[in-house]
Amino acid sequence: METQQIAQLDKRLLDFINEWKGKKGKEIMILHKVQEIYGFLLRALAMEVSRLIDLPLAKIYGIITFYHIFKLKKPGKYQISVCMGTACYLKGGNDIISELENILGIGVNCVTEDGKFSVEVVRCVGCCGLAPVMIIHGKTYGNLKKGDLPKILGEYGESVLLDKENHV
Amino acid sequence: MDNQYIFVWEPDPSKSKAVYNYLVKKVNDRNLGDKVEVFKSTYIGLTSSRPIIRILPNDTIYKDFEQEDLGEIFEAISSGRKVNRFLCEFESKIAPVPEKDSHSKQFKIVLRNVGYLDPENIDEYIRRGGYKAMEKAIFQMKPEEIIKEVKESGLRGRGGAGFSTGLKWELTREEPGEEKYVICNADEGDPGAYMDRSVLEGDPHSVIEGMIIGGFAVGCKEGFIYIRAEYPLAIERLEKALASAREYGLLGKNILGSDFNFDIELRWGAGAFVCGEETALMASIEGRRGNPTPRPPFPSQSGLWKKPTFINNVETWANIAPIIEKGSSWFSSIGVGKSKGTKVFAVTGKVKNPGLIEVPMGTTLREIIYDISGGILGDKKFKAVQTGGPGGGVIPEKFLDMSVDYETLQSIGSMMGSGGLIVMDEDDCMVDVNKFYLQFSVDESCGKCSPCRIGGKQLLDTISKITAGNGDMKDVQKIRNISMAMQKASLCALGQTTPNPVLSALQYFENEYIEHITHKKCLTGKCRDLVQYSIIPEKCIGCGVCAMKCPVKCISGEKKKPHLIDGNKCVKCGECFASCKFSAIKRS
Repeated sequence: METQQIAQLDKRLLDFINEWKGKKGKEIMILHKVQEIYGFLLRALAMEVSRLIDLPLAKIYGIITFYHIFKLKKPGKYQISVCMGTACYLKGGNDIISELENILGIGVNCVTEDGKFSVEVVRCVGCCGLAPVMIIHGKTYGNLKKGDLPKILGEYGESVLLDKENHV
Repeated sequence: MDNQYIFVWEPDPSKSKAVYNYLVKKVNDRNLGDKVEVFKSTYIGLTSSRPIIRILPNDTIYKDFEQEDLGEIFEAISSGRKVNRFLCEFESKIAPVPEKDSHSKQFKIVLRNVGYLDPENIDEYIRRGGYKAMEKAIFQMKPEEIIKEVKESGLRGRGGAGFSTGLKWELTREEPGEEKYVICNADEGDPGAYMDRSVLEGDPHSVIEGMIIGGFAVGCKEGFIYIRAEYPLAIERLEKALASAREYGLLGKNILGSDFNFDIELRWGAGAFVCGEETALMASIEGRRGNPTPRPPFPSQSGLWKKPTFINNVETWANIAPIIEKGSSWFSSIGVGKSKGTKVFAVTGKVKNPGLIEVPMGTTLREIIYDISGGILGDKKFKAVQTGGPGGGVIPEKFLDMSVDYETLQSIGSMMGSGGLIVMDEDDCMVDVNKFYLQFSVDESCGKCSPCRIGGKQLLDTISKITAGNGDMKDVQKIRNISMAMQKASLCALGQTTPNPVLSALQYFENEYIEHITHKKCLTGKCRDLVQYSIIPEKCIGCGVCAMKCPVKCISGEKKKPHLIDGNKCVKCGECFASCKFSAIKRS
C-alpha cells in the first residue's frame, strides 16, 4: 500500500498543522508546507493531511489539481524554470525552451532519466528587464542567449559529477 | 559641498553586500559619517543584473563598474566630482525623491519610499512620516469622514477595473453585521507586470498602513493579504513588516492605545491567474478551487465566509495614507478628468530603459515610451504597445499622443489593467502576439463556464491555423463571432476580456491578419511556418558562416561560391539570417 510509505510525518509539518488547525483559510497554506518539505504531493501525504485536518481527500485533490504550483510528480534535482512572461516571449523565450529540449532531450514538464533536471514553464517571474530569463535551482539567469545554455547547464552537470565522486 | 546620500542597489543583497559594505567602511575609515550617508536600496528604477549606485542630491547614477573601481568612485563622490565612464546615460530620466519633478515627468505617490528606505526597518518608514496618516485617521477622524475623504479624492481601483475605492468602502460599511473583512489583492499575475511586487518588496508598510486605515473606516477586525507564492521575497518582507508593526502596537489589540483592534494575516496564492478575480480570490483564501462565482451578490454584501468584504489591490492601498495625510483636494488636483492621482507602470518589451515608472494620470504614451523609457531598443520603429495584460488591447502608433487614463484607454479598445505596458517594435508580429496571449488565457481559464473554456480554445485553434498558413478569410468573421459570445456570456472578467487583444489587433492591424491569410506571409518572420529563407547568389561570397551556424546542416556549397539552402530540411530557425554579414540571406 502506498500509504505505508509514510511511516512518520515530518515533525515540521505536524507542528505547522497544529499551529494552523484552528485558523481560517488554512488548507492551501498547509499544502504549501507539505510541498516545501517533501518537494511534491505524494498521494499518501494528501491522505494524511486529509485525516489530520478533517477535509475529504476529494477536496484536497480538487485544490492540488486546480493550482499550478502543486506538483503530483517528483521534480528533478535541479529544476529549470523558463519564464514565458510577455517580455521573455517577445525576446525569445521559446528558443530557450527548444534549445533546452535539444540539450537535455526532454520537453516541458518532464524530468531527465537520471532525475537530474526537470523543465517547466513559468509565468512572469517579475524581472522583465532581464528578459529572457530562466531560473535553475533558485539562481536567476537573465539576458539569455541560446549559446549560453551549454555553459550554464555545465555548471550543474559539473557539480553533480563531483557529488557522485564524493559519494564513491 | 552638500551632504551626499549614497543609495546602493545590489541584485541579490541576501547573498552579497560587497558594494554597500565597502562604501560604509570607506565612510567610517575617513570619518565622513556626518557628510556622507550610505543606504541599502531595494529598488532604483532600473533593472540590471549588476550593482548600481545612486548619489543624491545631484542624482548621479553609476553602473557597470567593477569592485576595484569603487575606490575611484568614492573619491569622486567625496570631492564632488564625477566618474564619467560609469555614468548611467539615463540618469536624468529617473525621478529623485518623491513628488513632481520637472525634467523626468514622473510623480511619485505610490513609489514614494521605494528605494529610499530599508523595507525591513520600520523605524525608517516612520522617520519618513509613516503611520502618521493612520494616527490621524484613528484619533482625529470619524470613519465616515475617512470614507468621505477617500471618495472625494477620486481614487479608483488600480487593479484595472477602476471602481471608486471610497464607494466600495462605503457600501461595505453600510452592510449590517459585526464581522467584516478587508483584503489586499497581491496576486499580481499579468505577464509583464511587477508593480505590486516592487511596492511590497520596497515599502511593505505603506500597504499595511493603508489597510489599517481601511479596516478602521469600514469597521473590520481582520484583514488578509492574498499574495502570489511566486514572490518569496515579498512574502518574507511582509511577514517581517507585520511582525514589527505588531511589536510597535500598530496592529493587534487596542492599536496605539485606542479601542480599535485589527490584525492582518498573509494567505498565499498557488499559481492560478484567475485568483486575481475577486470572487475567485476569496474562494482561494477559503481553501477551495479558485472558481469565480456570479455577482451579485457582490463581495460587499457577501464576501469572505459570506461576510461583507472589500478588496483593493496593492497599489490602491499604497495610495491611502498620502490621501488621508494630505487631503482629498491635493490628490484630486493630480490627474485628468475622472482619473485622479498617478499610475505605476511596468514598462517592458522593446524599450531602451525597461523599468518601473509612476506618472500622473493623463500622461501620454509618447512621454512614457520616449521621454521616460528612452525610446525603442536599437532605434527601431515603434509598432504597438499592449496595456492591460492578456485582457487588454494593442494601441497603435496613431494613439501615441493620447492621454493614458481609464476612459480614454477603454474608448480605444484597451484597458488600464494593472499597469503592464509592453512595447513592441517592427519585428513583432501581431498575430503571433495574439496567439501568445490566447495561450495564456486558455491555460489560465478555470474551466467553469463554457464561453471561456470552449471559446478561448476555439479562438486559439483558429489563430494557430492562421499562423500555420491554413487560414481562410471566413476565419476572421468566426473570430469576431466567438469573441462576442465570450464577452457577453463569460462569468468573470477573465473570459470577458480574453478576446480583447485579438479584437484590437483586428481593428488596428487587420492587414497583418489578411497578409497571413491570403498571402500566407509573415513579414516579421515570427510565424515560422510562413517563412522561407533563401540565399541571394549575387550577394553571397561563399564564406560558409551560415553553413556552420545551421543546426540541421541544410546549407551547402563550395568555398567562395554562392551557397544554397535546402528548403525541405530547413527548420526556419533564422540563424543563417542573423549570422550573414553580407545581407545575402533573404527572408520571404
